[in-house]
Amino acid sequence: MSKPFLSIERMTQQFPDGQGGTLTVFEHASFGIEKGEFVCILGHSGCGKSTIMNILAGLAEPTSGVVKMDGYEVSGPSLDRGVVFQNYSLLPWLSALRNVTFGVKARYPDWPRAKVEAHAREYLAMVGLEGDVVHRKPSQLSGGMRQRVSIARAFANHPKLLLLDEPFGALDALTRGTIQEELLKIWGGTEQTVFMITHDIDEAILLADRILLMTNGPQARVAESVEINIPRPRERTTIVEDANYYAIRNHTVQFLGRRSKELAGRPAEGLDQSPATVRFENGHAVAAPARAEPESPRRLRAVNE
Amino acid sequence: MSRMTLSLNQRAAILSVVILLVGLLVWEAAIPAQKAAENLTEYERLMGLGSERAGVPPPSDVIAKAWEQLSNPFYDAGPNDKGIGIQIGYSIYRVLTGYVMAALIAIPLGFLIGMSPIAYRALNPYIQVLRPISPLAWMPLALFIIQDSEASAIFVIFICSIWPMLLNTAFGVAGVREDWVNVARTHELGHFRTAFTVILPAAAPTIITGMRISIGIAWLVIVAAEMLVGGTGIGYYVWNEWNNLDLTSVIFSILMIGVVGMMLDAAFGWLQRAVAYAE
Repeated sequence: MSKPFLSIERMTQQFPDGQGGTLTVFEHASFGIEKGEFVCILGHSGCGKSTIMNILAGLAEPTSGVVKMDGYEVSGPSLDRGVVFQNYSLLPWLSALRNVTFGVKARYPDWPRAKVEAHAREYLAMVGLEGDVVHRKPSQLSGGMRQRVSIARAFANHPKLLLLDEPFGALDALTRGTIQEELLKIWGGTEQTVFMITHDIDEAILLADRILLMTNGPQARVAESVEINIPRPRERTTIVEDANYYAIRNHTVQFLGRRSKELAGRPAEGLDQSPATVRFENGHAVAAPARAEPESPRRLRAVNE
Repeated sequence: MSRMTLSLNQRAAILSVVILLVGLLVWEAAIPAQKAAENLTEYERLMGLGSERAGVPPPSDVIAKAWEQLSNPFYDAGPNDKGIGIQIGYSIYRVLTGYVMAALIAIPLGFLIGMSPIAYRALNPYIQVLRPISPLAWMPLALFIIQDSEASAIFVIFICSIWPMLLNTAFGVAGVREDWVNVARTHELGHFRTAFTVILPAAAPTIITGMRISIGIAWLVIVAAEMLVGGTGIGYYVWNEWNNLDLTSVIFSILMIGVVGMMLDAAFGWLQRAVAYAE
């Protein structure tokens, strides 16, 4: 089986626990993401999602283990891995447009000014920001608009991997819904590989091809990989009619509510901690062949069998 | 009056003018008129009260002086008689020279200190000892080493304006939000691009605040420094007029020091607003 586009191999993160010992956030975590795939990772606070995100972004170093993208080991931040931060991270002294051209100029230093600006405006328009509003400073924009600018900045740079760190966490439910749809639209047109952290199960099901479920920390692991085989294009109102929707949703709710606790805190004992694949057909869990990890077939235990 | 339609600013301006007029009237009335010589008694004449006494001049004299000086500010009638414009020009030239030299050192050094915790800890003890020294205390040493009173005055300005700029730059740079630095990192900006496109604009309001404090201190210090080194400048002018017992000119030059200081501060206030941003 060929290696996935992005593979995380035996990644371990430990911190000193302040009492002379070490705190293992996660150990030997291994999983992969295919090119063009939209993957969400779900788990309780403290399970190390943000740590994984920071390592993928190159802003933090794992204690051990490697991240490979396109066959090359990644280290340090790179324009190939774009990040949308939860708090937008727009530069407050620049207008919305200048925030986007800031990124485009870094990505394409040879482009003439006019081309940079046209490119930035195109991506701002994709998230619904057009006209005078692009000349406003972030402080003059609503939270939703700021996150749109941040998304436009990330997509405009055509990264090989787009990392979204709870991008809608600070937004109200209605705004969140609108921007989720915009994100789907812009993603649909680009075949962008996306890795996203979220706390919201419905958001994950609407957006993702696959949901990675993490157990509680410390010694968290990516325990399951749930395939969302609901056909695209998806809409909030129609996906609920899919035969698998409630099965997936119940499975995920049960995992986060109960099993994330039961499975927590098991040492890796030197084994790769790769997730078991969970797939649903006609509303029932079926045994799925493990994807990139053929050496570790696991017994599936879907709660709503 | 039928209705109160004046804005807050208009009412404040009217009150300001009233305070000025009342103040001037009280001042004018408080100055005792000197009796003319022919009205004196024999005894008073014998006691020397007939000769003109130096007294605090009334505002009308100061206004007349101001009119006379400001209508010809750049005349030059020898070393002890130059127009107010020339004297202020000398002072501004000294302040700006010392100030610009201080900025050229303080801002890059402040950047370094702000970015590097090691540099901060290593240099902090020196800064803390040197900062509270009155700039005029450096004057004898400067005169001895530099051997030039003009350059010594500039040095004193340099040494007094360096500290607020240095500390504010370091503080501003160290306080730049981690998120913005991460934006620069994920966009693969080099050290110089990060410094100029992210850290400098982020720290600019704090840096300009330091520069504004510095220019204020420099303008305070130049008056004292020029009283010491003499020759030219507004500080020398004040002292020279005191020696001449020309209190009208002293009061006029005090007012001019205030006006120039206000304009320097206003320039930096404008700059501060230009680089300010809301988060």
